[in-house]
Amino acid sequence: MGGVHPEENKLSATKPIEVFPLPQKVYIPLSQSLGAPSKPVVKKGDTVKVGQLIAQGESFISSNIHSSVSGKVSKIDDYPDASGYRRQAVFIDVEGDEWEESIDRSPVLIRECNLSAEEITARIKAAGIVGLGGATFPSHVKLMVPNGKKPEYLIINGVECEPYLTSDHRLMLEKGEEMMVGISILMKGLGVSKALIGVENNKPDAISHLQKLAQSWPGVEVHPLKVQYPQGGEKQLIKALVNREVPSGKLPIEVGCVVNNVGTAFAVYEAIQKNKPLFERVVTVTGKAIPRPANYLVRVGTLVSELLMQSGYDENKSGKVINGGPMMGKALSTIEVPVVKGSSGILVMPEQESRRMKEVNCIRCSRCASACPMGLEPYLLATMSSLSMIESVENERIMDCIECGSCQYTCPSGRQLLDYIRVGKGAVGKMIRARSAK
Amino acid sequence: MNLLTISGSPHVHNDQSVKKIMFGVIISLIPAMLVSFYFFGLPSIILTLTAVISCALFEFLIQKYLLHTEPSVTDGSAMLTGLLLAFNVPSNLPIWMMIVGSLVAIGIGKMSFGGLGKNPFNPALVGRVFLLISFPVDMTSWPLPQNFTTSLTDVVTGPTPLGIVKEGLKKGDAMADLMTQVPDYVNLLLGNMGGSIGEVSALAIIIGGLYMLVKKIISWHIPVAFIGSVLVFAAILNLVNPALYVNPLFHLVTGGLMLGAIYMATDMVTSPMSALSMIIYGVGCGILTVLIRVFGAYPEGVSFAILIMNALTPILNKYIKPKRFGEVVAA
Repeated sequence: MGGVHPEENKLSATKPIEVFPLPQKVYIPLSQSLGAPSKPVVKKGDTVKVGQLIAQGESFISSNIHSSVSGKVSKIDDYPDASGYRRQAVFIDVEGDEWEESIDRSPVLIRECNLSAEEITARIKAAGIVGLGGATFPSHVKLMVPNGKKPEYLIINGVECEPYLTSDHRLMLEKGEEMMVGISILMKGLGVSKALIGVENNKPDAISHLQKLAQSWPGVEVHPLKVQYPQGGEKQLIKALVNREVPSGKLPIEVGCVVNNVGTAFAVYEAIQKNKPLFERVVTVTGKAIPRPANYLVRVGTLVSELLMQSGYDENKSGKVINGGPMMGKALSTIEVPVVKGSSGILVMPEQESRRMKEVNCIRCSRCASACPMGLEPYLLATMSSLSMIESVENERIMDCIECGSCQYTCPSGRQLLDYIRVGKGAVGKMIRARSAK
Repeated sequence: MNLLTISGSPHVHNDQSVKKIMFGVIISLIPAMLVSFYFFGLPSIILTLTAVISCALFEFLIQKYLLHTEPSVTDGSAMLTGLLLAFNVPSNLPIWMMIVGSLVAIGIGKMSFGGLGKNPFNPALVGRVFLLISFPVDMTSWPLPQNFTTSLTDVVTGPTPLGIVKEGLKKGDAMADLMTQVPDYVNLLLGNMGGSIGEVSALAIIIGGLYMLVKKIISWHIPVAFIGSVLVFAAILNLVNPALYVNPLFHLVTGGLMLGAIYMATDMVTSPMSALSMIIYGVGCGILTVLIRVFGAYPEGVSFAILIMNALTPILNKYIKPKRFGEVVAA
């Protein structure tokens, strides 16, 4: 149901993953996953190695953070991250490239894994792996299935429905075998016998490559999916693959599914088989205002400005820099922010495409409602939110909104529907918290 | 240093706009316009232009001098209202009536509610019904199709096919005799009959409708439900008593049914939002149209049917919700 078809613009789809040059310094934020920020375990003046633990996740939903470089901790201080908020970060001056000895840096593929499910979960937790699709939910928490729930399927998200982004696509093509091992480890960790990989039909090379590999992995299936945004939304993907609808306000485990991104599966392989914590990732640098679109393997904490310079960024031709894709990404106020675990791409839009159109009255054409993948009525939610009708928007199920932006994308009146809906969601969230506090 | 633009997602747009939609509808009306100009000649062109210009002008004046808002005439919606209003009147209507009708359509039908998107009733139909009940004689003397040389003065007027049948049945004439007095189906389909400027050619209107479907300006729900329910309801009546109730196909190609179902009822502002409510709305329009045509005082009921269903649109929107994702079905 619903959905839109934005121009794909996968400018960097044919660019192989390049190892990005080691930066001079990194700023590693300590809030890189959903949940509580991590507590630093290093102090100013300490020398660290690549892969060394620098901050620990202490509450249930939080994750470990490791140094992405070797060098000296110059300070631990607040620094604005991609959200624009100042948050605690570890500043490291790079000296050489000395890795922890425990990390296996050889390219040899290791297929066998003899760990138990508990050991797998513990190792994933230790390696600081979070969902690399963008939501950065700590991955070990997903493997800890609540009592009374039974997972049936591991769903692997290789949809990459956001226009422009290609980091998952390249990873599937270049690290498919490692990914399969990672998937088998996740299956073992969950105790499921079936894994379904969903890939949109616009990546036929990735589909055929993974299908060939899947033949030697029993229980792993690759499913080509219709090209339609937001096919890669967690709930939409489950619906497309197993035809089950996650009930409103519930998690995928409610319908027997656990969803992980292809990048996460690769990170799991590296963590378990190579003992390598998560400190680098593939980031797409792209956009019509970028002369050399690319997919870089980047150390976490590298500044976005360095990535952009490498691709030929010209500030005079650029109007907007987006952390993520054009549908759900966040516009950056400065390019001096660090790459984090959740950064899948940096998109630069030319000045003329950076402005919104003029907003006019709603003509009640219902295109927003037809486009909404959650079956909501965005025109109504936006109007009610703007009038502070908080209880009404809650009844109209505003909290089901996944903020995919399809409504605003399709609105002929150029209404800023999602802006208002976010305001409404914030107010309803506040009301719900106040209610449960009573 | 250049400052970066900041805004919430999404950062792309499908490049549609109200203006593109309005002009898309206007383009789709070109076949019907050409047919009307061919059958009704110069007067129809003058009347159409009058309506388009006066609707646009009234909107501009009201926005600029009464509401003190920025005029939005260039979005094409007022011109479209004018076009549709002209299509709904006979081609020999006095020009001044056309101007008054335009004022009512835009001033009362649209701007008094707050302008674009806020009006509960289709403005063109508000204008038409105002003219119909204020000037019933002028609004029901239908010039018969001539050719392009028709002048403003010497037109031959006569009833519409619907009128012929309605009056004939009232006098007790036999259905078979009446059917010989109306044009055959080919002519009815092409539009070679008495009627309002733009409503006569079912074929030209269907072509326009298909264009709008392909361009995704309208969806199929309302026209199909409207036309389908007229067909079914009229067929049932016809089966019950063919001597009293006319062939259902006759209903489809006469009067303003096609214009109403494809253009007037699908007006986005005044029609409901979800697929199911669009179908209910369309069926409501269809049934009311047949009821008025067969049992009412007027030979034609499309305008009233649509206006009545317009009034029900907010209720349909309120109570019929789209199917929510993950809705828990009570077991």
